[in-house]
Amino acid sequence: MQRRQFLQAGSGLVVSFSFAGASLSHAQGSAPVKSMVRDQVDAWLGIAADGRVTVYSGKVDLGTGVRTALMQMVAEELDVNFSQIDMVMGDTLTTLDQGQSAGSLSLQVGGGTLRQAAASARQALLASAATRLQVNVADLRVANGVISTRTGDKNISYAALVDGKPMNLKLDPKAPLKAYADHTIVGQSIARVDIPAKLTGTFMYMHDFKLPGMLHARMIRPTGLGGKLLSVDDAAARKVNGFVMVVRKQDFLAVVCKTEWAAVKAARALKTTWDTPNSMPLQAHLYTYWRNLPVAKNEAVIKTGDAVAALAGSAKRIKATYDFAPHTHGSMGPSCAVADFKDGACTVWSASQATHSLQAELATVLDIPKARIRMIYVDGAGCYGRNGHEDCSGDAALVSQLVGAPVRVQWMRADEHGWDPKSPPTLVDMEGGLDAANLPVAWRSEFFLAQANGTLEEFPLLAAVLSGVKRNGHYTGNLHKNADVLYQFPNRQTEVHRLADTAFRTSHLRTPGRMQNTFANEAFFDELAAAAGADPLQWRLTYLKEPRARAVLEDVARLSKWQSRSSPASKTAGHLARGRGVSFVKYDNDRTFVALVAEVEVNRTTGGIRVTDVWCSHDCGQIVNPDGAINQIEGGIVQTISRTLLEELQFDRTHVTSTDWASYPILRFPDVPRIHVSLINRPEMPLWGAGEMAPTVVPSAISNAVFDATGVRLRSVPFLPAKVKAAGVA
Amino acid sequence: MKYQLNVNGKTVTADADSDTPLLYVLRDNLALQGPKYGCGLGQCGACTVLINGQAVRSCITPVASLKGGKIVTLEGLGTVDKPHPVQQAFIDEQAAQCGYCINGMVMQSVAFLAKNPRPSEVQIQDALAANLCRCGTHTRIVKAVKRASEAMTPAAVTAVSAVKGA
Repeated sequence: MQRRQFLQAGSGLVVSFSFAGASLSHAQGSAPVKSMVRDQVDAWLGIAADGRVTVYSGKVDLGTGVRTALMQMVAEELDVNFSQIDMVMGDTLTTLDQGQSAGSLSLQVGGGTLRQAAASARQALLASAATRLQVNVADLRVANGVISTRTGDKNISYAALVDGKPMNLKLDPKAPLKAYADHTIVGQSIARVDIPAKLTGTFMYMHDFKLPGMLHARMIRPTGLGGKLLSVDDAAARKVNGFVMVVRKQDFLAVVCKTEWAAVKAARALKTTWDTPNSMPLQAHLYTYWRNLPVAKNEAVIKTGDAVAALAGSAKRIKATYDFAPHTHGSMGPSCAVADFKDGACTVWSASQATHSLQAELATVLDIPKARIRMIYVDGAGCYGRNGHEDCSGDAALVSQLVGAPVRVQWMRADEHGWDPKSPPTLVDMEGGLDAANLPVAWRSEFFLAQANGTLEEFPLLAAVLSGVKRNGHYTGNLHKNADVLYQFPNRQTEVHRLADTAFRTSHLRTPGRMQNTFANEAFFDELAAAAGADPLQWRLTYLKEPRARAVLEDVARLSKWQSRSSPASKTAGHLARGRGVSFVKYDNDRTFVALVAEVEVNRTTGGIRVTDVWCSHDCGQIVNPDGAINQIEGGIVQTISRTLLEELQFDRTHVTSTDWASYPILRFPDVPRIHVSLINRPEMPLWGAGEMAPTVVPSAISNAVFDATGVRLRSVPFLPAKVKAAGVA
Repeated sequence: MKYQLNVNGKTVTADADSDTPLLYVLRDNLALQGPKYGCGLGQCGACTVLINGQAVRSCITPVASLKGGKIVTLEGLGTVDKPHPVQQAFIDEQAAQCGYCINGMVMQSVAFLAKNPRPSEVQIQDALAANLCRCGTHTRIVKAVKRASEAMTPAAVTAVSAVKGA
């Protein structure tokens, strides 16, 4: 119901927040308005007197469509109409912490819990109906929230049974789930519930949220990472019509005004001087810097056989180094948050993917107990990981505390491109060996990855670090995943070094680590296949045993009409060279299978690469919403083509210099390929994520296709025309 | 300063500094949230509105420069219950993910279809080349514009433009 109010609020109305009659005072630690006990069904869903079902999800919809998919899962398991469901997402007062909405786990993990809660409710309601109707449970059936006897002579609705009260039921982890063959809602491409409002300007984005008496702030950042504020001159800013005040806490600085435009102008008019250290590496020597960093931690070596000895004894030995540039999240909407600090408590409206852990991140900044912070999720622009939403929420909370009024902070484009945490650089050394018969006998890889220490609570949140609250963490996600390959070579050794630095503020960006690691693994696999004169797709099939791995490869071969031959293709005349490349991943080596073929056109004169077609075969087990999955897969492919061909963070010794779309270009419409997605649905299997799996294989498939077209191996992302030319495509 | 504007067929008054970008006037003074702040630099297209039928970047258009033009925002095209054919086509194709860029995609497409009612896919891609999308919804957006072009008669495009102020 809260959701519906959101969607219908529209037209920039000031929304006064209420929840079942509870006001904002609940931010201040008074009794919760509903169960927040994890093993209680009431914590996850409620059935109202009018029959509507409200679902409380700790996972949020980051523009990926999981709101709709979660509704489908609950509606299916509870046997109610899809349209009877209302979703509350990421409100820390009413939803439980289900971990951040990341890692493509919202349906796989978050949905699993909701499904079990729904099944528990259904089971208990059936038992209660059996008593009320004086029949056996086995004689009852449910449709659209109404329980009736098979003959139809007696019935009672969920609403009547629940009677507007809490259900007081234990979540039964063993409550039987529906057989997949009985699914009528899960597995359907139900249209996303948010799209019509998004198309007509009535959807409430974070950026559209307003409070009465709300002031507008803009942040003023140091001239670089670690900069110290020396002086502030606000004489010119004070003259701006609508100026309210400048707020400062150590190096944390903002202007506060009555209107947005006044805040923009006042921020520009404010004169500041900073002492900023040269803390960032030299971009031109990034990978030398990276390789020479001390190792903070060596992750367990994965070893099969003796790769070192096998390499020494191999007939052909190939070595290569791969690197992958740091990227920005590049959300279309710069981060925005609204905070209201009042009476020692704070409510923050935020588009964060992690509202629950952000409570703890903000508590130390505001120096109040975590329980006195209420985070309310409001959909933002797509974030693709931890972008600026969390930092901006910290900004809004601290500015509101310093001003003593509700405050909206809107980051400018340069704030987002300049200060959202970046994906760290990656460096990989690969070595492989073939025997005299051209069979692979050894595979050795060494990964140089950014360090990770601490939890999200220790993330170097800007509002914390700048205002003098110490933070020691470097949270970068599980970057080591997919370092190891599944190919059944006789001797394999994979080492992962976590380096004692992250080069700059880093965080997880879609497909963290898996994309970079798989780029090296899957391109180097092709280097070996080429050296052996083998067809790269057939070679993969030879060394992969799992049927589902083989199935996606065979499917994509069929789809793309793969011609079996070794790479490179025979040379053609003219300035355009065409080629195709394949890549494969089992995500995290324990879930979703993807095989992808890319076809490219390489301009030998300019070095420009155009991806013309992509075929993707995708097996994520049971599919909740096929069209939703395809939307995510297509989007992930396009975004990763952009990252692979164009994107590279620009920086000098003090700060990020790619602070707009001109200095950080992304893929545009004319360069988007035709995309053909094939979903292998396995409704009988557990469901796995689909958001960040297809991106994993895109950079390697393109590198492999460029090699096929030109005989030139690209080992450094992005594949900019100058680099491609320098690699010798002419 | 007080400015009289013609927005979505109505005359409205907004009190703003002369250099205020139209975007802030629409969003903050007039509570229209279709146009979005994306860059403030005219680089991404999220803020696009129609002025006299032309697609214009409202984030770099000062309110004082308008001089009586007829402004149409996403809200002025249609509603959830009665969407404009272009909005309907985007819904039919499920052509959105986060949807933050979608305002610009729709407004640019409406202006484009008024000039070229039967475009090819390549012409649609070229028409949207200056609009950015980060979610990668491009292929669906192109399909949606194509679908809209097939659903709309040229007369309908003109009629919409005439009603809405082209």
